[in-house]
Amino acid sequence: MMEIGITHYLVVSVVLFSLGVLALTTRRNVVLMLMGIEFMLNAANINLVAFSRYQGLNLHGHVFALFVIVLAAVEAAVALAIVLHIYRMNNTVEADRIADLKE
Amino acid sequence: MEITILFYVFAALTLIPAFFVVFSRSLIHAAFSLLFTFMGVAGLYVLLSADFIAVAQIMVYIGGILILLVFGVMITKQVTDVEIQASVGRTIPATIVVAFAMVTLIFILWPVNWMQSDYLPEIEGTTMELGELLMTTFILPFEVAGILLLVAVMGAALIARKPEEVQS
Repeated sequence: MMEIGITHYLVVSVVLFSLGVLALTTRRNVVLMLMGIEFMLNAANINLVAFSRYQGLNLHGHVFALFVIVLAAVEAAVALAIVLHIYRMNNTVEADRIADLKE
Repeated sequence: MEITILFYVFAALTLIPAFFVVFSRSLIHAAFSLLFTFMGVAGLYVLLSADFIAVAQIMVYIGGILILLVFGVMITKQVTDVEIQASVGRTIPATIVVAFAMVTLIFILWPVNWMQSDYLPEIEGTTMELGELLMTTFILPFEVAGILLLVAVMGAALIARKPEEVQS
């Protein structure tokens, strides 16, 4: 086994990002599409922290990762509220069956 | 050597449940396997000596976002329900395109000679320096993020309210 370098972390991040895109494109349930978005944000965060570590622990990358985590929390809260509203209006959260934006 | 083994353990802990989220037919199983993905990512942060980010990941993602998502699944679905999968005619092309993009990205980044310094400064954790950075260089983004959180929580509460309550 070779020494773990930055490339290993980048490959993990690429695979996680691809899975996020796949969840976003193939799933019909809106909540599962949200999970795909969380995967993509996590993949970006792994990149930020990995580059930060391999520049001799440059903490600016950590600050950026922290802001990404804050944005992910905000996005999840607002998106779940919208999903709840959509469910009340349409009685479904399958993206294919939602045709109206208002009653 | 231990680091190498730990890296592969955490990478597997991240990616295998992630596959499960994408391909599982049971919604609630997908929601719960998200827990292991977030734990695995936190482990990777620890390996990258990002202790504060790792703890923030566990607290925000597992303590907050995961609970919200599980609530979302449970409120909008019966637990025993099985999702009607997208038709094969849509899943297979998407999988092919995404796999192609993934392989391309890996082929691009694999041969690059990234700037790597194994130098680690002698500090006890990153929390103190991170706090200093947030209070000096990044004070403006920090405050803006606080305002954003406040606005988002108020907006989420407003959107999620029942429509008739808004009128009264």
